[in-house]
Amino acid sequence: MSARYCGDYKTSYGQEMVLFQTFFSRLWILLFLIGLYTAPLYLNEYALYVCNLIGIAVIGALGLNILAGFTGQISLGHGAFLGVGAYASAYLVMDLGVPFFVALPCAGLIAACCGLVFGIPSLRLKGLYLAIATLAAQFIIEYLMVHVEGVTNGVLGKMVDFPSCLGFSFDTDQRYFYLVTTLALLATLITKNIVRTRPGRAFIAIRDQPVSAEVMGVNPFKYKLMAFAFSSFLAGIAGSLWAHYVTIITPEHFTLGVSIEYLAMIIIGGMGQIIGSIFGAVFMVLLPEVLRVASGALSGQFPVIVNLFAAIKEGVFGLIIIAFLIYEPDGLAHRWQLAKSYWKLWPFSQ
Amino acid sequence: MDFFLQLLVSGVVVGSIYALVALGFVLIYKVTRVINFAQGEFLMVGAYVCLALVAQLQLPFWIAFLMTMAVSVGLGLLIERLALRPMLGQPIIAIIMLTIGLSSVLKCAVLVIWGPNNRAYPQIFSQVPIHLGSVVISQVYLWSVGFAVLFLGLFTLFFRYSNAGMAMRAVADDQQAALSMGISLKKVFAMAWCIAFLVASVGGVFLGNINVVNVSLGFFGMKVFPAAVLGGLDSIPGAIVGGLSIGLIEALSGGYLDPLVGGGSKEVIPFIVLVIILMVKPYGLFGRAASAKV
Repeated sequence: MSARYCGDYKTSYGQEMVLFQTFFSRLWILLFLIGLYTAPLYLNEYALYVCNLIGIAVIGALGLNILAGFTGQISLGHGAFLGVGAYASAYLVMDLGVPFFVALPCAGLIAACCGLVFGIPSLRLKGLYLAIATLAAQFIIEYLMVHVEGVTNGVLGKMVDFPSCLGFSFDTDQRYFYLVTTLALLATLITKNIVRTRPGRAFIAIRDQPVSAEVMGVNPFKYKLMAFAFSSFLAGIAGSLWAHYVTIITPEHFTLGVSIEYLAMIIIGGMGQIIGSIFGAVFMVLLPEVLRVASGALSGQFPVIVNLFAAIKEGVFGLIIIAFLIYEPDGLAHRWQLAKSYWKLWPFSQ
Repeated sequence: MDFFLQLLVSGVVVGSIYALVALGFVLIYKVTRVINFAQGEFLMVGAYVCLALVAQLQLPFWIAFLMTMAVSVGLGLLIERLALRPMLGQPIIAIIMLTIGLSSVLKCAVLVIWGPNNRAYPQIFSQVPIHLGSVVISQVYLWSVGFAVLFLGLFTLFFRYSNAGMAMRAVADDQQAALSMGISLKKVFAMAWCIAFLVASVGGVFLGNINVVNVSLGFFGMKVFPAAVLGGLDSIPGAIVGGLSIGLIEALSGGYLDPLVGGGSKEVIPFIVLVIILMVKPYGLFGRAASAKV
């Protein structure tokens, strides 16, 4: 019931494809879901706010992981695609009066189209060159966000309402928590299923052996573009959710720093691992909050810290990225695997 | 016409600094196959170190300049040893992220040590401008072009004639063959990072003399990408041509396009050029096209 068989005794493909194979993994996921959906009952506003940010970051990180982790295409423009989604959704809802639940997928699709445009060079460009192309995308989109004032209201920022549906407004942290959590779970499920099916295997093949993949009949152009589109679609969704949560967006929210933050998430979490995106998102959202608490505690002795908070935050980010790359290149997901296998054999594990 | 010439001059000045910084960038790429996202931060650190020596320790500029160069070499060595060497053989994305992390750390260090405010060099070069026909050039511009050309020339000679330079070219060409000829990869890699840091610092010192010194100097490093890609990522003459071209394109677009589009075109035009180059001629003007082996 709870144990795994020592061999593979599955008799149908259906059994093989079951996501949670054992009783206990199903039980744990059920308990996790119950815990998640009852969280607003025992968490305060601040904790829920952090949870909402984590949920949004999970969606964005899943998108980037598909592109960078599974397909091996480096993108330094994820922050800009987030911005495209945010502004698209804000424009649709605020200026055109489109309902939020229509604008949300539209924002994703618009971001996906942008991703496609900048993904086209990916056929000719490899690794480093692609990173530079997406860097250019980041700066060009940032420029447009500042200068196309008719849509974005420029540097002054654009006001956005909380989302509402049929008169019900998601205007508190609790209500937004349910929206974000549901979408984040949905995004996780969809991404997990994409990487288990043909497109996902094609992504991995392109990452590991591009030439062999092509010989085996995987069309690299098609699948790279698909990865770009899906990645920026999720970025757009995350951007839209973020815009409607913070209710005012300016181009400063979608700079290169954000792209780097998302890359850091998937590196710290684990590249090419769905659960890595989640760990990474949790880590990178919690880190500034922890630093804020720590700097608050230390500001008594060192008042300078308050002024330098932004700088120190960036430095700590940098150090953590370097430390992970050197000492734990497979990220937190690998640690999680180690911990799981330790307890599997406990007390006989070493 | 005067306006055009004036733009040309400032384009060449900024372009020569781009060329200098791009030289370091291309060198690192050529020798170690690492794309260095911290090149702009190297430049910023150089500008701040020299400023601290000049303004806080009251040293004469030329001594401070030499000391800055020494400090840069030391920092280049340190960074190579501590951060880059453990990453040998890792995937590209990991190394790119490492240099990005490095840039954050350097930026943080500068902010913690020198604070976020704008700083300016004391007046070092005479402010009497020089008139060349109808064009007015300030002396600091001439100095920075002069030094950029000097360093570019020195390094060209270095790569061509010195043993160390030849070893670097050999490593860039074929690491295996270079290793078997008894060239120490570690030394060559360390040297590449030192030279990159050094030329970036020199660029930073002159840029700091032209403008104010603040953390946004680091952004200058981003402009190196269009320059290096235009010339071809693995070509040193390409870096020089690319740097000058991007400087000129930037100055001309700043002069003629800004009034039309309402400012900021300087920041974005180099990147639009970059995308066009990547679409049309991905390996740049002088770069070697990579061939895929099966």
